[in-house]
Amino acid sequence: MPETGAPTRVLDPIARQQRRRHALYGWMLLAPALTLLTLFAFLPTATTFWASLYSRGTARRPAVFNGLENYSDLFHDPTFWTVVGNNLLYAAVTIPVSIALALVMALWADARLPLRGFVRGAYFTPTILPMIAAANLWLFFYTPGLGVIDSFTGLFGLPPVNWLGQPQTALWAIIVVTVWKEAGFFMIFYLAALQTISPDLKEAALVEGAGRLTYLRRVLLPLLMPTTAFIFINALINSVKLIDHLFILTKGGPDNATKLVLYWIWEMAFSYFDAAHATALTVLVLAMLGAVAVFQFTIVEKRIHYR
Amino acid sequence: MTAPAFRHPIRWSEALDAVGAWLLALVWIAPLLFAAWASLHPPGQALDFSLSSPFTLENYRATWAAAPWLTYAFNTLALVTFTLVGQLVFCTLAGYAFARFRFPGREALFVLVLLQLFILPEVLIVENYAMVSRLALLDSIAGMGLPYVASAFGIFLLRQAFKSVPLELEEAARVEGCSWLGVLWRVYVPATRPVYLAYALVSVATHWNNFLWPLVVTNSAATRPLTVGLSLFGAPESGVNISIISAATLMVVAPLMIAFLIFQRQFIQAFLRVGIR
Amino acid sequence: MRRFFTAAATAASLFAAATMPAFAKTELTMYYPIAVGGPLTKVIDDMISGFEKENPDVHVNAVYAGNYDDTRVRALAALKSGQPAQLSVLFSIDAYDLVEQDLIVPFEDVVKTDDEKAWLAGFYPALMANSRVEGKTWGIPFQRSTIVMFYNKDMFREAGLDPEKPPRTWDEMVAAGKKLTKDGRYGLMVPGTGYAYWMFQCFAIQNGKELMSKDGATVYFDDPAVIEALSFWRSLTTDAKISPAGLVEWGTLRQAFVQGQTAMMWHTTGNLTAVKKEAKFDFGVAELPAHKQPGSPTGGGNFYLFKNASEAERAASLKLIRYMTAPERAADWSIATGYVGVSPAAYETEKLKAYGKDFPQALVARDQLKVAIAEFSTWETARVREALNNAVQAALTGTKSPAEALKAAQATADQLLKSYKH
Repeated sequence: MPETGAPTRVLDPIARQQRRRHALYGWMLLAPALTLLTLFAFLPTATTFWASLYSRGTARRPAVFNGLENYSDLFHDPTFWTVVGNNLLYAAVTIPVSIALALVMALWADARLPLRGFVRGAYFTPTILPMIAAANLWLFFYTPGLGVIDSFTGLFGLPPVNWLGQPQTALWAIIVVTVWKEAGFFMIFYLAALQTISPDLKEAALVEGAGRLTYLRRVLLPLLMPTTAFIFINALINSVKLIDHLFILTKGGPDNATKLVLYWIWEMAFSYFDAAHATALTVLVLAMLGAVAVFQFTIVEKRIHYR
Repeated sequence: MTAPAFRHPIRWSEALDAVGAWLLALVWIAPLLFAAWASLHPPGQALDFSLSSPFTLENYRATWAAAPWLTYAFNTLALVTFTLVGQLVFCTLAGYAFARFRFPGREALFVLVLLQLFILPEVLIVENYAMVSRLALLDSIAGMGLPYVASAFGIFLLRQAFKSVPLELEEAARVEGCSWLGVLWRVYVPATRPVYLAYALVSVATHWNNFLWPLVVTNSAATRPLTVGLSLFGAPESGVNISIISAATLMVVAPLMIAFLIFQRQFIQAFLRVGIR
Repeated sequence: MRRFFTAAATAASLFAAATMPAFAKTELTMYYPIAVGGPLTKVIDDMISGFEKENPDVHVNAVYAGNYDDTRVRALAALKSGQPAQLSVLFSIDAYDLVEQDLIVPFEDVVKTDDEKAWLAGFYPALMANSRVEGKTWGIPFQRSTIVMFYNKDMFREAGLDPEKPPRTWDEMVAAGKKLTKDGRYGLMVPGTGYAYWMFQCFAIQNGKELMSKDGATVYFDDPAVIEALSFWRSLTTDAKISPAGLVEWGTLRQAFVQGQTAMMWHTTGNLTAVKKEAKFDFGVAELPAHKQPGSPTGGGNFYLFKNASEAERAASLKLIRYMTAPERAADWSIATGYVGVSPAAYETEKLKAYGKDFPQALVARDQLKVAIAEFSTWETARVREALNNAVQAALTGTKSPAEALKAAQATADQLLKSYKH
């Protein structure tokens, strides 16, 4: 029996049995996905939390239960604050910049420009490059003096800059690579959304004497809000996830200036053999992401302009 | 001012637009151009941008000989296929369950699933690694792909898509005597094909380039995908040989690049239909 | 008739099954890193085939696993997951961690015959320094390096310096550097990323101080001689102005040298073959300049034996290690990579003698072994090393003064090593 909108008060035992079968079907259909999710998302989260309550153990000195001590260690470690600060800055810049850039690119890629196919392709290229490969190329962009960037700025007489080798510019250099990598991917979503907007809207706006910027602000942006919300989530997740380039470009240096949270987790787990603090940090990251998820799905969803 | 109906002399704003777009495109594509340059020159002259530097194909030859690229490519292909097929099956079933069935705890479960959007396998890397090891899936394609198969994004997308299929279609199929799965196969899947296409494209693009998790899970060349192979290639104690790395990068990127250039229109059309709302 | 055949077949298969174990091969899995780029997996594969030919009852599965970090992660992952490896080439400084995790066996427990004992004693003592933990030998040198100074002979000539007389002391080096720094290029580049602590060991030992104690439980970061050494390194940029500001990137330094951006560079001897191929100018290799004394740390990878192995596997592994480090193979490996030949016997082979005559730069690293010290390694080595790396980077970028930076690192290290001191 197909699902109907309003719940019916069922006194008929046959109908009740049907509902039960219905529910059972639902569970069965859901079961495979749920199993995998449990295995790879929920269970690991639980064991991560459990592991974070034990001290760091080696074969010679086994781990002991030490409650929240790992968390307290983290909070007392100045590196923790540096890393969190780095990641906050990283997110605060990459998210708005890549979204804005994606919109600009989409507007350009949608307009009637010559060489539009080339432009679209060029914007999208970074997406299909593996980050590891891209990072090696950028390493040679950032080489002081000899590198591509400095060779170019040298043409204008500007002095070489040690982009990756000094704390003042290192994190910004990393940010540039991230924005470069993800803006093109977000552009595709905006492009698709733009193509659902009737050109009549723009004509109407022009007739009313509205300039391009007004059209952008008053008409386009509100209409694109759902897409923006979606891209925002992606960009936020990327600000935690995109750390591949660190392995090649800076390894978190100079002096922790570019160390990001996920990289530090990897380092603690696989380099320091410190599962205790790695899991504690993981729990903190999950808590933060969870909070954002709750925020997104309760508050933000209600305020988005849906058609 | 009425909208002009004829081709007019180019306006300032349009010209600026075009120039801006091209400049940005050039900047965006610069790393690939650099890779092309470096891969065709001996490493000693990779950063020497004079036109008189000699060209050489030696880098491509050396790169090709230095690692089992075909194995890596095959592994990447196997990985994205495994992941995609898994996702299509599992997410379809789950999306269908959420969209069209009533069962106790449905809303709570859906919220749990959405949470997975944020519980990235990379973040849980330590425990997931132990899990995969317990399942004896280390160093296997399944081990690389399984954590991603139950994709919250996929379930969410398909649930939305199924919900928007008119009930009449289902009822018509039931009248003809279709079972649940039949309805799913005959009505829902065909009706939401563009969503599948878009999702497939996103999935392939994402998993083709996945690095950290495959790095940790694979041990041997027999299962290693391209991204990991490329990274092993390029981080030695003595420094980076940019010409070799560039050649390797271009080789690895070429298939996706060509696919995108050919299917550009379909690619964008697919996203168009998805309507992320 | 049929019953006879069935019986015969059964008997035959039983007989085969009974005798099979005698012909079963011992399977060895070994992980190894390649820390110098290039198609060197082929060289390793050739060496392994040679070994298998001489020992047909052993099959070796040599798995190339990336750089030292990758290889450690991979080998340990395999061990934990029950996909065992019997031996691997890992970073020489991983020894303390591997001992702490109770994963490896000391070679004294495995080496029994006089022949084997002689082999164990036949390596350069400097290369064995990192293998000694708690009085036992845990690693056998395989791909070892040391830091040397590469210099551009053409630039030397141009600046009026004698290309056959590279600087032998800090003062000579600074003086030469000043003459060579002009026209947008630098006199000297010492990398501050990648393995900053390793480079810093050079300055420290040249100023007379080793950074850690032999038992791996104490470090001397805040020793005045050490602070002085870091100040000197920093002064190359601020006072002598022969080095660029900020950190010099490890991965692109060879490129910078080969493209003429610097006249001298301190780098691993593992770069030798690559520089030889890429440089379009006459270049020389020199031992690092001395101050209070000469010195350079060793680096690179050792063979380790894992605990989880059967008797047969252990014996086969030992045979493999002996084969791979035998003089002929050591010579091949040294020529192909630029790594140091691991034993004096290696340099007595015809191959290496001829190579050395042809290309004397290859012998510099070996000559420097006389004054080589162990690479920085302590208990909790990764974290302590990271503290040192950060201190060096902070000082070189001017974020902290050398004294401040090193004192902070000392505090961190003391905290980490507290429970290991007796």
